Amino acid sequence: MSDARTAEFLEFVQAGGQVETDDWLPEEYRKRLIKFIEMHGNSELMGVLPERDWILRAPTLQRKLALTAKIQDEVGHCQLIYRVVEDLGKPRAQCLDDLISGKSKFHNVFHYPTRSWGDVGVIAWLVDAAAIISQKALLKCSYAPYARVMKKVCWEESFHILHGRDTVLAMVTGTPEQFELVQEAVTRWWEPLMHFHGTPIPADEDPMLHWRIKSQGNEEARQQFLDGYVPQILELGLELPDPNLRKNEGGLWEYTEPDWEKLTAVVTGHGPASQERLAFRRLSRADVDWVSRVMLPEAA
Amino acid sequence: MIYEVFRQERKGQPFVHGGSFHAPDQAFADAYAREFYARRQESVALWVVPREQIVEIDEFPDEFDLKYRRVDGYSIKARLAIARERAGSATSPGTDGG
Repeated sequence: MSDARTAEFLEFVQAGGQVETDDWLPEEYRKRLIKFIEMHGNSELMGVLPERDWILRAPTLQRKLALTAKIQDEVGHCQLIYRVVEDLGKPRAQCLDDLISGKSKFHNVFHYPTRSWGDVGVIAWLVDAAAIISQKALLKCSYAPYARVMKKVCWEESFHILHGRDTVLAMVTGTPEQFELVQEAVTRWWEPLMHFHGTPIPADEDPMLHWRIKSQGNEEARQQFLDGYVPQILELGLELPDPNLRKNEGGLWEYTEPDWEKLTAVVTGHGPASQERLAFRRLSRADVDWVSRVMLPEAA
Repeated sequence: MIYEVFRQERKGQPFVHGGSFHAPDQAFADAYAREFYARRQESVALWVVPREQIVEIDEFPDEFDLKYRRVDGYSIKARLAIARERAGSATSPGTDGG
């Protein structure tokens, strides 16, 4: 009975069908949704920490305001995305607990420190560009409430990318020292960017594609990123730290195989800034705990 | 309490569900709704509704096949052709009412 129902469900979502919170969902589907969407929510929240470090150090008032607006967007995304997780059965307080205890994960790029204002520009431009490729592919997610939230998220992300590109352009057209700060940041961020879309797992073996939670394979997303952004990086006179990076005759990008074990280590809490970031999140949680208890006794 | 937000992008357009959030009361809900859904003027109006006030109905059985109430319940092509023939007003193919 349940198997026939699951088969019918699979057929529906694989044909492009979308389901709602109140519909019957197979247990495995619900579990995968929660894990995936929760990690996305975690990443939005942890993603503001590297940028937060630069609010007080932003070079102009305009940059400070733009960076603050971006941070407000990301925290808003986290809130929206955690709501989707809550409606699937996992309370927000539990998500926050699992994040700070290290039980749940967040995206690899937020486990790294930011060394200069160049990093802030490169993150807003290229990390957000990589993220928007994944998020655009989620607009067709079989779970409709998540797909709807993604519309708002993608719309706001496009401002982040432009803000990042503008920051980078200001620096590459500035002094040689400013150009060098961007070059150093691109070199530092290239490995995390190549890790970002995950291992090139074949589409027919990817459970997230199987359930149509994602509509795009990891390698497909990376190819789209390289195709869109390598030319934009190179045209500024910047260099990429991979001598094997090239587009072959078939139109596919070739590159040095990233160290996938390193990616696993980073996302399991062994990245250069993982523990520092988690410690800060714990501190924030403890600091504002009284606010949650006063404002939202039932949700705290 | 959970509040649901419906937003209107331009005057005259329907309100579309945007998302939801936690808020302790309506005053906070109004403030959050403004921040989440209209701070860049992306909405011209918002409906902010406590979730528990929303009644959802999602089953619409049609046991008696009441097609006579729908456009797809009618096929007038054959009868129209006969009527035109009788009236002597039959025209070239492709100009009838379908």
